[in-house]
Amino acid sequence: MYPFTYIKAKTNKEAITAIGSNSNAKFIGGGTNLIDLMKMNIEMPQQLIDITSLDLKKIETLPNGNIKIGALVRNSDLAYDETIMQKFPMLSKALLAGASPQLRNMATTAGNILQRTRCSYFYDTAMPCNKREPGSGCSAIKGYNRMHAILGTSDKCIATHPSDMCVAMAALDAIIHIESANGERTINFLDFHLVPGDTPEKENVLQPGELITAVEIPALPFASNSTYIKVRDRHSYEFALTSAAVALEINDGIIQNARIALGGVGTKPWRCKEAEQSLINKKATADNFSAAADIALKDVKTFQYNAFKPKLAKQTIISALQTIGGNNG
Amino acid sequence: MANKNENDTLVNDCDIITRKEFIAQTSAFTAAITITTSSTKKIINKLSAPAPGMLTVAMNVNGKEKTLEIDPRTTLLDALRENMHLTGTKKGCDRGQCGACTVLVDGRRINSCLHLAAMCDGVKVTTIEGLGTPDNMHPMQEAFLKHDAFQCGYCTPGQICSAVGLLKEGHAKTDDDIRELMSGNICRCGAYQNILDAIKEVQQNA
Ligand SMILES: Cc1cc2nc3c(=O)[nH]c(=O)nc-3n(C[C@H](O)[C@H](O)[C@H](O)COP(=O)(O)OP(=O)(O)OC[C@H]3O[C@@H](n4cnc5c(N)ncnc54)[C@H](O)[C@@H]3O)c2cc1C
Ligand code: SF4
Repeated sequence: MYPFTYIKAKTNKEAITAIGSNSNAKFIGGGTNLIDLMKMNIEMPQQLIDITSLDLKKIETLPNGNIKIGALVRNSDLAYDETIMQKFPMLSKALLAGASPQLRNMATTAGNILQRTRCSYFYDTAMPCNKREPGSGCSAIKGYNRMHAILGTSDKCIATHPSDMCVAMAALDAIIHIESANGERTINFLDFHLVPGDTPEKENVLQPGELITAVEIPALPFASNSTYIKVRDRHSYEFALTSAAVALEINDGIIQNARIALGGVGTKPWRCKEAEQSLINKKATADNFSAAADIALKDVKTFQYNAFKPKLAKQTIISALQTIGGNNG
Repeated sequence: MANKNENDTLVNDCDIITRKEFIAQTSAFTAAITITTSSTKKIINKLSAPAPGMLTVAMNVNGKEKTLEIDPRTTLLDALRENMHLTGTKKGCDRGQCGACTVLVDGRRINSCLHLAAMCDGVKVTTIEGLGTPDNMHPMQEAFLKHDAFQCGYCTPGQICSAVGLLKEGHAKTDDDIRELMSGNICRCGAYQNILDAIKEVQQNA
């Protein structure tokens, strides 16, 4: 780890003033991603601004029924929150499918959104990686790419976004609240992360000096009928090969509304709006779920070692939809 | 992490030499520089950055108030082991992947290897040494002994702290819940079944 100075901010304003527009300074939340990357000399901030004392730890229901989650709410506290468990089970399940209890006790909502890829070449400073070192090349495209993405890739980078929580937030159309010296703004979750394109080092639209203060989940009554399924190499404490966050509103066996988002397959948390649309006014049957999964995955591009992913992702979507789709088929 | 003296030397060197001089003076680096990539450049620039100061941190560890003078890079794990000589907490992967470093901070189990000691000002830390002593064991320590819930013992302090945290959290209802919620602690000897038995016994007696 390279030397850095450390300060603790007591208010949002203090944190924002401290970071200024200094691209060599970083906020630290749970530290579970940042410290790891600093140990590997992948992140080398000269200053750390500890934001864990900020008053951003509440989960509130707003007058309009939306839920506002403070940026510093720990992943475990969010996962076990009664309201979240009842109204948005997919979010609770996604959180509990991620990392370990110890890490979830540390990890914050904002830190989870901003966690960086787990591509092993990104972590290996001896290997070329366009994300870590723009222009150096991508070791994964012709390398061991079993964990890598099949949607949203470019010829510069094929790394997945590793978060489980973000898959649920993408499905739920979350809204990210941001504060900076220029005031406050919000960004729709789906517009927050970026596909790699020619600039894989740019992973999201957060500007230097911006502090995430909260994530708002719009009220969505049918999300009480939702789930998250994650398929991985071992049963627990492992990143996704494929995952799906789904919600269905069904009346008399007919689908009125659907939400589908995927993890483990996309270069960002992957929302499947066309597949959702295809389900509306259809019966909740295995055949219809299968057809929707085909639509969700119609643009896949596989690589040497991850050609198994489309089929696995399809089965993941179907079984997630069946779990909440009742016994209609 | 380097010990304090090594750090001081590194840091002092960095204070007084420029990047150019650094490259010229360091033969090992000169070889590396021929394949200079932007990341090596970044590293060299970092090495010539000014030395950050030491920090004073006060925390309660196992019931005792401790005041430490630390390099900001010190993790809680290193502070416990190297500064406070509480070597019961183990360093396994040092990257949050094994759970050997699990301790309780303000009652919650965390990986001390991914937590900066600097962020622990004012907190209460409980390590395996603070749970109980050989003469006055914590029920979880006793149950691990009784059920032979280890072989080499390296992961055991982390397993026990994690198990204490798990029962406090109160989310485990079934054997599978316990297995899932202990998955952050890897046991290379594979004592999982006995660990489960030990935890269940303490849970039932609580
Ligand atoms: C062994 C291991 C296994 C894991 N397994 C999984 C898994 O299966 N699924 C999964 O989803 N995740 C997994 N994770 C990742 C984990 O979820 C993330 O590390 C965690 O969510 C990051 O949150 P944090 O608060 O610790 O972030 P930090 O490390 O504190 O910060 C991450 C980044 O966010 C920035 N940041 C933090 N807060 C703010 C803010 N409020 N505003 C602006 N910037 C901010 C920091 O500057 C930093 O760049 C795993 C991690 C480890 C170590
Ligand atoms: S996939 Fe992306 S992160 Fe991985 S080596 Fe290629 S450029 Fe780097």
